[in-house]
Amino acid sequence: MAIFEKRRLWLAVLAALALAFPLLVTNGYYLHMMTISFIWMIAVYGLNLFAGYTGYLSLAHAGFFAIGAYTLGILTVKAGVPFWLAFVSACLLTTLIGALVGLVALRTKEHFFAIYTLCVGYIIYLVIDKWDGLTGGVRGFIGIPAPADIGPLSFQTPVAQYYLLLFFLAAVVFIMYRLVYSLTGRTYIAIRNSEELALTLGISTMKNKLASFVLSVFFTSLAGALYASFIRFLGPDIAYVSVMFDFLTYLLVGGIGTLAGPVVGTLLVTFLSQQLQFLQDYRMLIFGPVLTLLIIFYPHGIAGGFIRFKAKREEARRLKLEANRTVAELAASRQGRSERHVKEG
Amino acid sequence: MFLHVERLTKRFGGLLAVNDVTFSVEQGKINAIIGPNGAGKSTFFNLISGLYRPTSGTITFKGRDITRLPANERAKLGIARTFQTTHLFEQATVIDNVIIGHRLRTSSNLFDAILRTKRHRREEQACKEKAMEVLEFVGLTGVADRIVANLSQEQKKRVAFALALATDPELVLLDEPAAGINPDETEGLEELIVKMVKGGLTVCLIEHKMSMIMKIADRIMVLNYGEKIAEGTPEEVRNNEAVIQAYLGGSAIA
Ligand SMILES: Nc1ncnc2c1ncn2[C@@H]1O[C@H](COP(=O)(O)OP(=O)(O)O)[C@@H](O)[C@H]1O
Ligand SMILES: [Mg+2]
Repeated sequence: MAIFEKRRLWLAVLAALALAFPLLVTNGYYLHMMTISFIWMIAVYGLNLFAGYTGYLSLAHAGFFAIGAYTLGILTVKAGVPFWLAFVSACLLTTLIGALVGLVALRTKEHFFAIYTLCVGYIIYLVIDKWDGLTGGVRGFIGIPAPADIGPLSFQTPVAQYYLLLFFLAAVVFIMYRLVYSLTGRTYIAIRNSEELALTLGISTMKNKLASFVLSVFFTSLAGALYASFIRFLGPDIAYVSVMFDFLTYLLVGGIGTLAGPVVGTLLVTFLSQQLQFLQDYRMLIFGPVLTLLIIFYPHGIAGGFIRFKAKREEARRLKLEANRTVAELAASRQGRSERHVKEG
Repeated sequence: MFLHVERLTKRFGGLLAVNDVTFSVEQGKINAIIGPNGAGKSTFFNLISGLYRPTSGTITFKGRDITRLPANERAKLGIARTFQTTHLFEQATVIDNVIIGHRLRTSSNLFDAILRTKRHRREEQACKEKAMEVLEFVGLTGVADRIVANLSQEQKKRVAFALALATDPELVLLDEPAAGINPDETEGLEELIVKMVKGGLTVCLIEHKMSMIMKIADRIMVLNYGEKIAEGTPEEVRNNEAVIQAYLGGSAIA
């Protein structure tokens, strides 16, 4: 119970900070950075659901991110579909494509799945890059509208857009939270742990993997659609491997398979890479090795490491309690015996 | 007949891991399978539990042909198993490992989970209660909240038993439960297996520890190079010349 209370308190503090951020930080640049990082976080939650909780590394997610973004752009600009209808359609269409990819890709396992999805991701990139007529190709795609008003709510200002993205991020975190602590989440974790064991426990691994993959693609496509309406310009590079690499970096630094990981990792890495901006492309010379070291020595990321540290401390405390109890029992039995001695004597 | 396999064969390339084995599991008994390393015992379990498709032969369970049924459907019919290596989620608590064992008896889905429906709450409760019930049965109530990685080998085996029991099985396949366990603790596992059968379960047991087999098995089947070379009571098998030859000729056995 105490743990839950503490977690609630932390969540309340974080929520308050996130809500107050635009008031505390008036610098427009930081507001912009934070809003973008919310978009990355949503995408990384998508990746985390499947890679972190279900155990399959999908490398096609940058591609799904781009499909979500481009579909929103094409529907609003070329087809003149009202914004929110286009928004929902973009997510649903990407999710449908994801389901079709999943049906085939999930017949493979482990690194074959990673390689297969890497290929899918690259094909998506190529299609966007080469299909000039639809996507604008390398010239890019411009003129995507900002989110349309919903009744009295307008999303034209940066602050309003910040809150809109915060809303979507909170919704995704909420869904992830409910999922992870549910029978369905436990089912995914069981599949990640051992597919053979899960099967013999009566779990339909294929059905569950597909559901998890589809929801994971949905989150990432949502991030893509939000990106399109926030940046309002798209180039094929958002489907490129480097974006996939960014997602993975955020997830691994924050902690794969943890609820806090995507937030922690995205914030930390985007902040650090801002600080190292003067190094330009040489940043990777630092990032690459640091990431490698992290994966070798700290494979659970920051959030995962923290959880493990707490578990270890708990275990140490329990062992100490047990030892104390044993000593006390020994002492009591000795006393009992000496009392008997006295009586007998 | 409870579980019956007829002329079951499994071929891996040029290797006949299980070769033309016909065998019946008797209900409410401890049915043991022994044989030298590599004899095909684990493969036999993989065929019964549905992880492998047989090359030929049939498997019937309670009168129903399950030869083509996927593993998860067989679990729902009441066939549970443990693995030679436990396959547990070592970084999670005992209870968190065992709760998923009852998942197959529930039906709530992704949307139930997100919306926290009544059905989800009820089924989650049922899974937790089931987990506590089987943990009590295997004698692990005291360590329910401990991390599996911190348990002894014998306790981990008990967790694996609990997980299998949480599926509400009728037949439990145990693959070398006493491997890597010291003699005192082996006795504890023997008692647990006997208790399972007394509780109405049917057990099929692969084990290398002969003292254990001779003590608790009702019937024994002996495999060698994938073939059934003997079958009978512990007394009969002990005195069977072919069995002795198989063990002497094969790899050393404890
Ligand atoms: N998946 C597999 N692919 C190829 N060969 C296998 C496979 N599983 C088992 N075998 C082979 O089948 C034989 C029987 O193995 P197994 O059933 O594990 O024996 P046991 O459990 O009796 O020690 C061994 O020679 C083993 O190498
Ligand atoms: Mg074996």
